[in-house]
Amino acid sequence: MPNYKTISEKIFSDHLGREVVAGEIVIVGIDFMMGQDGTSPLAIKTFQEIGAEKVFDPEKIALVIDHNAPSPSEKVSALHKMMRDFTNKNQANFYDIGEGICHQLIPEKGHALPGQIVIGADSHTCTYGAINCFSTGVGSTDLAIAMASGKLWFKVPESIKIVLEGNLPEGVYSKDIALYIINNITANGATYKAVEFEGPVIDNLSVEARFTISNMAVEMGAKVGLMKADEKVKEWVKLRTDKAFKTYEADEKANYEKIYKFDISNLEPQIAKPHTVDNVSPISEVEGTPIQQGLLGTCTNGRIEDLRVAAKILKGKKIKSGVRLIVAPASRDTLIKAMDEGVIKTLIQAGATVVAPGCGPCVGTHNGVPSDGENVISTANRNFKGRMGNNKAFIYLGSPATVAASCLEGKITDPRKYIA
Amino acid sequence: MELKGNAHKFGNDINTDYIISGKYKFNTIDMKELSVHLMEDLRPNFYKEIKSGDFIVAGENFGCGSSREQAPLVIKHAGISAVIASSFARIFYRNAINIGLPLIEVPTDNIEEGDLLSVDLEKGIVKNISKNESLNIIPLPVVMLKILQEGGLVSYYKKYGSLESINE
Repeated sequence: MPNYKTISEKIFSDHLGREVVAGEIVIVGIDFMMGQDGTSPLAIKTFQEIGAEKVFDPEKIALVIDHNAPSPSEKVSALHKMMRDFTNKNQANFYDIGEGICHQLIPEKGHALPGQIVIGADSHTCTYGAINCFSTGVGSTDLAIAMASGKLWFKVPESIKIVLEGNLPEGVYSKDIALYIINNITANGATYKAVEFEGPVIDNLSVEARFTISNMAVEMGAKVGLMKADEKVKEWVKLRTDKAFKTYEADEKANYEKIYKFDISNLEPQIAKPHTVDNVSPISEVEGTPIQQGLLGTCTNGRIEDLRVAAKILKGKKIKSGVRLIVAPASRDTLIKAMDEGVIKTLIQAGATVVAPGCGPCVGTHNGVPSDGENVISTANRNFKGRMGNNKAFIYLGSPATVAASCLEGKITDPRKYIA
Repeated sequence: MELKGNAHKFGNDINTDYIISGKYKFNTIDMKELSVHLMEDLRPNFYKEIKSGDFIVAGENFGCGSSREQAPLVIKHAGISAVIASSFARIFYRNAINIGLPLIEVPTDNIEEGDLLSVDLEKGIVKNISKNESLNIIPLPVVMLKILQEGGLVSYYKKYGSLESINE
């Protein structure tokens, strides 16, 4: 009997050197692993607790300081020091403050490649699925065991396929697609599953825009948000590494638990309303809601394309008085590129405040905690109560264009009117 | 492994930021210090209501959100013996097993605040003693039961020196 496989089943089978199918629990070698400053200190502590002396392969490990960068307190500084000392001692890769967000850096620096199995001690590690990499979020204990042994236990996941058909209308972006899908599938509709995204809409998106969709796979509960590696992906990766890699496509007759088809030709910009990511409305239903703060950035939408879209809308204009627009580029490279192109100047002239590349405002640690009763429009991936540091604030999620247009008017605004 | 205690009932989609807010969890890895903030945004001073051995009972998608292991760790350190929910988010599920916090997946609609419950993990039975009801749970996969019985992945790894025997 022919054995048809999903992308996940193929990647796991190749790694193990034997045929595996969804549902099996396996011990598998990890190609690359990452931790950030919210998770690495506990992993280091656990690493020491298990009596490990050195990491199994320093080249396959990176720790990133992005969530609290630069440090806002002496307590945080002590944890950062722990990470610096650990990577220094073990000669592992280390990205200090200002380098950027882990999920931008790991693929950008050529650490995550198509066909690999990558883990990260951060839930949005599912992002690199956009370049055909089986990447998934784990906790600190998992990271510690993997740093010591190079291996981890996994259930080979069942898969769900999401086919995106039609043409993306102007002024509507991959973020809108992600929110629309999560609304349909719900916040736990893909729990424990690998999601495979495909179809002409994905083919037409840039690699950057694809990251936005895979990034939000975890918001429907998924383990990873996989896409195939087409020429765009291969080129993108080859610009960042000269290491060889293998790409994987699912068999047409592979076994999917569910297949969803969405035609997005008439999609409006979408907004996730407080306090859950799947509480989504077309923008026409929430237009006019007053906002006091905007956030442009995060691992979902802090890339150069995102900053360009916002700058195009804001060029020569001023954000509404009384509104703060915080811009956190996804990485140092993104920031430099945005400076070279004049994007940063445009944003600052419009009234934006640019902070260090990193995650601060998104997780509510520092750099933009809203006040009681305030509304925030953000390009992030989560709008949980208290997420940005104040449980009496309200977070709305939208695309970079929606955030820029809304900051201009001081209320949730359909960006299409600013896009010629 | 039989567990007994009272239920503290929560709703659907209890995320890791509710379990332990981001504004605290970056500052320290001392769980004693963090556990007093357990569920603070939903129920201020919740930690004072917990008697050692009690259960957190919730609806769908418990533990969605961040990968931070601080979430199951503060639950364990606050004295909760297990979390009982209709369903769990996957990273939380993994983390809880790894740190030795039992999770029980069972429909929870009939369990009310304060109900006295007992749980037999190996047999896969939850008893609601207050309501005289028994609920059958799907017993945990062998791998996870093995990790739990060793007190978590750290103890497992220390004992066996690798993960290789986990699947036998």
